Amino acid sequence: MAGSAIQVRGVSKRYRLGAGPYLTLRETLAGLVRRGRGDPGGEVWALRDVDLDVDGGEVLGVVGLNGAGKSTLLRILARITEPTAGLSRTRGRVGALLEVGTGFHPELTGRENVYLNGAILGMKRREIQRRFEEIVAFAGVERFLDTPLKRYSSGMYLRLAFAVAAHVDPDIVIVDEVLAVGDVQFREKCMGRMSQLGREGRTVVFVSHDLGAVTRLCPRTIWLEQGRVREDGPSAGVIERYIEAAAPRASRVEFEPQPDRRVEVLAVAVTDARGRPLEAPRRDMEVSLSAEFLVREPGPPLDLAFVVQDRLGRRLLDEDWGVDTGDELVVHDAPAMYEARLTIPPVLPAGEYVVVFWIGNDYDTYFHREALSFRLLPLPDDPQWAVERDRAVQPATTWTVTSLDVAPRRAGGER
Amino acid sequence: MPPQADAAVAELAGAAPGRVAQPWVENAPRHRWRPRVDPAELWSERELALILALKDLKVRYKQTFFGVAWALLQPLVGVAIFTAVFGRAAHLPADGIPYAVFAYAGLAIWLYFASAVSGAAQSLVDNRDLITKVYFPRLLAPAAALLPGLVDLAVSLPVIATFMAIWSVAPGYRLLLLPLWVLAALVTALGAGLLLAGLNVRYRDVRFALPYLLQVWLFASPVVYTVSLIEGGWRYVYALNPMATIVTGFRWSIAGGTPPGAEAAVSAGVVVVALLAGFLYFHRVERSFADVI
Repeated sequence: MAGSAIQVRGVSKRYRLGAGPYLTLRETLAGLVRRGRGDPGGEVWALRDVDLDVDGGEVLGVVGLNGAGKSTLLRILARITEPTAGLSRTRGRVGALLEVGTGFHPELTGRENVYLNGAILGMKRREIQRRFEEIVAFAGVERFLDTPLKRYSSGMYLRLAFAVAAHVDPDIVIVDEVLAVGDVQFREKCMGRMSQLGREGRTVVFVSHDLGAVTRLCPRTIWLEQGRVREDGPSAGVIERYIEAAAPRASRVEFEPQPDRRVEVLAVAVTDARGRPLEAPRRDMEVSLSAEFLVREPGPPLDLAFVVQDRLGRRLLDEDWGVDTGDELVVHDAPAMYEARLTIPPVLPAGEYVVVFWIGNDYDTYFHREALSFRLLPLPDDPQWAVERDRAVQPATTWTVTSLDVAPRRAGGER
Repeated sequence: MPPQADAAVAELAGAAPGRVAQPWVENAPRHRWRPRVDPAELWSERELALILALKDLKVRYKQTFFGVAWALLQPLVGVAIFTAVFGRAAHLPADGIPYAVFAYAGLAIWLYFASAVSGAAQSLVDNRDLITKVYFPRLLAPAAALLPGLVDLAVSLPVIATFMAIWSVAPGYRLLLLPLWVLAALVTALGAGLLLAGLNVRYRDVRFALPYLLQVWLFASPVVYTVSLIEGGWRYVYALNPMATIVTGFRWSIAGGTPPGAEAAVSAGVVVVALLAGFLYFHRVERSFADVI
């Protein structure tokens, strides 16, 4: 053990809820007059008495529902914001990857942006010069170095942004969901770099909704719930219990109202093809996943996705409506209710599955969580030993074994 | 779990950290009025301030037809108007300096000051993305905003020299004091900029009020008229505006005329107080920047 790299003692963070992100002078003056009658805005505790110790070289996962305080914890660790109470301390250079491409400027060239972004992320000019070739090679944008960034495709932009961030060389790496963007190849590359950082002995704090990635990358995980640490321990156990709590086994789950969000998901359900709740789905049935949601205001078009995971967080299905159909949900008349339904042919083996539902767009995520879990039953005549075999899919396959009416040639002739 | 992932995790768990122990860096609620500044950190991050300033410069004239010429056009148009209105029509005295030279010298340092103040005032709001996503000493944002204007100022110096040649105004040794006035303008702009930047995070009113503030400030400073219009003891009251002394001093270094007198001490005092106040206020509101910006 190299001793602690991160120590958090009794950290709490309070946010005031107000009329908006910032006030005008008039509102403050009005507020001064009103002060005697109590604060109408109210407040939220994003974190409450959090204690955390991370050793140098440890790779820690952080899971929790939206609003559980994950991002606030990262922002405090990275010193972007101050805690309201308590103390957080870190040892060594902290590299926070809360977003890729922070400070990129569209009018500047790729080369200029590498220097700008590198400096923002805490690199010295000489370090950037030394690693420049490496960064450019990682991003694969050699030919476009002197092109303004605004002419880059979004894929190139992302690759360049992550390439800079991945070469900052911090002692403590703090990563928030950045790996959720980009194509599969890019995600793999990011994950590879992350685990390399871990192997090099960097301390890594990794927040993700991708529970499979957390299980794979992080030996230890903390689970935040309403600003408090609910569990802290080996990832497999923590994540299993987290999924159990987040995604109760039911054919239909209704969610708490979120009156302040543009899109509110009311319920997610496992149904048959006609939309009736399916109490005991069997592996030979078509199973539908449905989500009911309310769109309160018109705005940027929406996209939605269902993910089906096993209990270790491995993704078995990841179906994105926009990608699959090229459609997008443009809402003109709001408020409006919708139901989305995804029908899955009988391919999954019997077992326990977790359904994740996502709704959002390039700018915002309105809902993203483990919604429910369901148990897919075996067929009545499946023997128990056959059910327990480890397999990813079990579609209706066809066997033929026929006796060939030919004498075996060179039988026994080969060894 | 696939076997290679097992291996990776095992490797992670047993990874030997090969790094030397470094000092702890703390993040805790700060005392409201007791500044917590780390000059060593500010110094080590100076490169970031330069790079941010450089970005501003590079971006400023992108996709413009006249490019850097805009840096000259603004003062030239100002000088033309001032010369026509205040020099020819109103016959304002100019300490015996040709009015165009007189106005240009005053306007050059004033424009630097105005651009530094408004740049600093907008610096936090304009760098919103940075403030909410990465840590850096927040002081660097307004500090960096003081730099791009220096380039414009440097560009206008040869033009002033040309004007002086045209109207046969001779320079003197007092030119050596020029950097002092520029530095004074920079420090004054920093004081005002820190106050305004902090306010701007909370109250976007600043953006709208600032042009009027600068307009009034311009006419409260001896840019179009000479300080010698102000008599006796009133000079000390007038010098409560530090720009009164700075504009006078800058112009005197370049073209002669009335040098700043003993009232400069009043200006210096005001600058120190403003800088201190700006600094304290900035520090006081700094902790909530990322939350309310």
